[in-house]
Amino acid sequence: MWRQWIPFWHPGLSPHSGDVDLLFTGLLIASALVVGLLFFLLTLFCARYRAGNQTDRNHRVKKSWHWEVSWTAASFVCFLGLFAWGASVFFQIYRTQIDEHDVFVVAKQWMWKTQHPGGQAEIDALHIPVKRPIRLVMASQDVIHSFYIPALRLKHDVVPGRYQDLEIEIDKPGHYHLFCAEYCGTDHSGMIGEVVAMEPADFSNWLTQQAPSSPLASEGGQLFRELGCSGCHGGGGTVRAPPLEGVYGKPVPLSDGTTVIADDRYIRDSILMPRSQVVASYQPVMPSFEGKVSEDQLLRLVIYIKSLAGHP
Amino acid sequence: MMSDTNYLTTDFTLRSWFLTTDHKRIAILYFASLIVFFFIGGAAATLIRIELATPQADLVSSDVYNRLFTMHGIIMVWFFLIPSIPNTLGNFIVPLMIGARDLAFPRLNLMSWYIFMLGGCTTLFAIFAGGVDTGWTFYTPFSTLYSNSYVIVAAAGVFIAGFSSILTGLNFIVTIHRLRAPGLTWYRLPLFLWSLYATSVILVLATPVLAITLLLMATERFFGVGIFDPRIGGDPLLFQHLFWFYSHPAVYIMILPGMGVINELISCFSRKQVFGYKFVAWCSLAIAAVGFLVWGHHMFVSGQSLVASLVFSFMSFIVAVPSAIKVFNWTATLHKGSIHFDAPMLYALGFIGLFTVGGLTGLFLACLAYDVHATDTYFVVAHFHYIMVGGMVTAYFGGLHYWWPKITGRLYSEYWARTAAVLIFFGFNLTFFPQFILGAEGMPRRYHVYPPEFQVWNVLSSGGATILAVAYLMPLFYLGYSAFFGKRAPANPWDAPGLEWQTSSPPPEHNFTTQPVVTRDPYQYNEAFQAEPQNA
Ligand code: HEM
Ligand SMILES: [Cu+2]
Repeated sequence: MWRQWIPFWHPGLSPHSGDVDLLFTGLLIASALVVGLLFFLLTLFCARYRAGNQTDRNHRVKKSWHWEVSWTAASFVCFLGLFAWGASVFFQIYRTQIDEHDVFVVAKQWMWKTQHPGGQAEIDALHIPVKRPIRLVMASQDVIHSFYIPALRLKHDVVPGRYQDLEIEIDKPGHYHLFCAEYCGTDHSGMIGEVVAMEPADFSNWLTQQAPSSPLASEGGQLFRELGCSGCHGGGGTVRAPPLEGVYGKPVPLSDGTTVIADDRYIRDSILMPRSQVVASYQPVMPSFEGKVSEDQLLRLVIYIKSLAGHP
Repeated sequence: MMSDTNYLTTDFTLRSWFLTTDHKRIAILYFASLIVFFFIGGAAATLIRIELATPQADLVSSDVYNRLFTMHGIIMVWFFLIPSIPNTLGNFIVPLMIGARDLAFPRLNLMSWYIFMLGGCTTLFAIFAGGVDTGWTFYTPFSTLYSNSYVIVAAAGVFIAGFSSILTGLNFIVTIHRLRAPGLTWYRLPLFLWSLYATSVILVLATPVLAITLLLMATERFFGVGIFDPRIGGDPLLFQHLFWFYSHPAVYIMILPGMGVINELISCFSRKQVFGYKFVAWCSLAIAAVGFLVWGHHMFVSGQSLVASLVFSFMSFIVAVPSAIKVFNWTATLHKGSIHFDAPMLYALGFIGLFTVGGLTGLFLACLAYDVHATDTYFVVAHFHYIMVGGMVTAYFGGLHYWWPKITGRLYSEYWARTAAVLIFFGFNLTFFPQFILGAEGMPRRYHVYPPEFQVWNVLSSGGATILAVAYLMPLFYLGYSAFFGKRAPANPWDAPGLEWQTSSPPPEHNFTTQPVVTRDPYQYNEAFQAEPQNA
C-alpha cells in the first residue's frame, strides 16, 4: 500500500496515529514546496544577477505592495488550513470516555507504576488488550513527568496534584516504548518502560496469571476503615457525612449552589481539600488527608468509592 | 585613517577601558566577555555530543550530564544569545547609524555591562561550585523542592543579568527616539534599527516578568511558601505560564536583531534597496507585539485547557506570518540586483535557508496534533537550534564580518572567512538535521542514555558537531590575526550608503567630526550600483 512508502509511517497502530502521520506528511509536503521554491529562486537570482553578469536589470519592481499583500494572504490562508487540520486531530486524540477499562498510572522519580483494577501491578510496564480503548488515570507522586508512547504519537504530562485522563488504544499486538518525556531529575532517561499490547485472550490469561493479591477496590475498602473514613461516612457515627454509595459519576450539589460531577478528580480533591467543595446541607467538618495518604493509597480509595456505585 | 587618533588609540590604560563611557569601547568589553561565555557554553555542548555518540553512559554520569545541558542552555540563552547582537554590534553601530556621538545614557551603558558581568560571574560560580540540574527552564516543583543543586545561585545570576537587559533596552529606545541626526526620519532608519527597537521593547516589557518568576521560585525554595508545589497549595503550571510569558518573547529577542543584520547585508551585497522596506519594518514590531500572545504553545500537553491550546496554536500561526513576509522580501531584494558573494553575504544566504527551515518546523510544533508527538523530543531541539544557531549565530557572524573593518580598522582574510562560512553551514546542517529525524522517531530530549535504535542519527549529529566546532573556532584565529596584523581598512570598504560608513575606520572618539545631516532614504544605489550616501 502507498502508505508503507512514507517514512515514519506505522499504519494501523491506533485509530489516531495514522491521522497524525498524515498530518505530518501534509506538513512535510507543504514545507518541501516552500523550501523548494525558495531554493529555486535563491539559486536563480544568485546565478543570474551575480555581479558582473550582463543581464537585463531594467524594469525593477518598484511598487511592492501588491506583492506584499499576495504573499501575506497566501501564507495566512495556508497557515489557517494547517491550524484547522492540526486542531481537529488534536481534539480526537485527547477525547476520553468515562466508561472504559481503567488502568491507573503512578509516576514517580524514576519509574512508572501501573495498576489494573483487579490489583495486577507492574513497574515500568503496561499490558493492555488490543483494539480496545483503555482509559489511563495518571498521577504523579513528586515532580512533573510525561507519559509518552512514540508509536502512538501520544503523550501527556503528569502533573503532581491532579489526575490526568488519557485514552490509549493499540490495534496491533507488540512491544512498544514508553518514555518519560518531561525532564524529571537524575535518572530521567532511565524512566522508560514497555507497553505490551496483547490479543484479548492472551490478555485475560495474563491477568489471571498475575495472581492479584487482592483487587484494588477491596484494598481501598480496608484503607477506608483504617483511616477512619467509615466513622463518618459509614452512616452509624455521630457526625453527619454524605453517604458515598452510588455517588460516583453522579452530579453532586454543593453548598455554594453549584453542581459538580463526582469523577476521580472530584473524589481525590474531596479527600485532600475537603473544604474547597462542600456538599450542600453538610458542615465543613471533614479533616484534610493531605500528606497522610500516598498517591497509591489515594487511587485505591477512589477505586473503592467507585466500586460502591457498581462500577468495575 | 584621516585623523590620527581613533577610539582605540585615544588612551591605552586599563582604566580608560574599564571606566569608559564610549559606546564603542563598551561594545568591545561585551564582545570579549561574550566570546568567553560562547566557548564555555560550547564546551558543554561538545561534552554532550561526545556522550551521545553511544547509547550507554560512558563519559559522564547522569547527574553530570544533566548539569551539562543545563549549563549549556543557561549560558547560551542569557549570557550569549540575548546580549549577542544588541550589546556588541548594536552598541557599536546604533549611534554611528543615526549620526550620534553616543547612546543616550553612556554611563548607564557601562553600568549595564558591569551588571551583566556580575550576573555572569554569579552563574559561573553556581556552575563551578557544583552545578545546576534543572534545565534552563527551571520547571517547578522540581526546581523548588527536589533538585539538590545550586538553583538559587544560578537563578540569581539570571535575575541580575535581566537588569542589564532592561537597561540596554531602555537606552536603545531613548537613543533611537531622541538622538537621530537631522533629517533622519523614522522611515529613513536602516532596518537594523527598526529591529533593535522592537527587540528593546520586548527587553523592557518581558524581562521584569522573568525577574518576578525567579523571585517567586526562590521564595518557595527558601521559605517553603506554596506557590508552585501542589503539596503546599501551589500550582506547577503557574510557573510555566509565567516562565513562557517571558521566554517566548525572549526567543524573539534572540532572532529580531539577527533579522535586522540580514537586511543590511542583503541590501549591501546585492547593491539594492531592501524590497518592501515599510513592510519589513512593521513586521518587526508586529512580531514583537504578537510574540506576547503565544506563550501557551509550550504547554500543549501540560494539561492546560484544550480551548487555551486552540487559541495559542492559532496565535502561533499568526506570528509566523510576519517572519514569512520577511523571508519573501529578502529573496525579492536579490531580484535584479548585482550580487557579490563576500563572506558576510554567504552568512546572510545561509541565514535565509536555515531560518526558513527553523520557521517551517515551528509550524509543525504550532500544529496541535503534531506537537503532542513532537514536544519534548529532539524535534524541538532541532527546531530552536535552526533558528537560534542557524539563524541568530549565523547572522551574528555575518554582521561581525561586515562591520569588522569599521570596528577594528582592519581587513580580514576573505579566503578564510568564506571557508568558515561554508563550513559552518554544512557542519550545522549535519549536526542538527538528524535531530529532526530523531524527534520524529520519538527520542525524548534531555536523555543521557537512549535506546540503541537511535544511535545512527546521534553519531551523524556528533560528527557534524565536530565540523561545526572547528568552523566556529576558525574566526577566532583569522579575525584575531586581522585585529593586529590585518591590512588597514578604508572608511567604506563595502561601498555602503549608511552613516556608519561615512566616518573613518575605526571611528574617532566622538564618531563624526561634523554632524551628519541625512537627506536620503537608506539603501540607495545608483545605476552603476554605487552607494549614494545617506548624508550626501
Ligand atoms: C516562525 C515562528 C515560530 C513558530 C511558529 C514557533 C513555534 C514553536 C513552538 C510551537 C514551540 C513549542 C514546541 C514544544 O515545546 O513542543 C517552539 C519551541 C521553541 N522555539 Fe519556536 N517557533 C517559532 C520561532 C522561533 C524563534 C524565532 C525562536 C528563537 C530565536 C524559537 C525558539 C524556540 C525555543 C527555544 C523553543 C523551545 C523551548 C524549550 O522547550 O526549551 N522559535 N517553537
Ligand atoms: Cu515559543
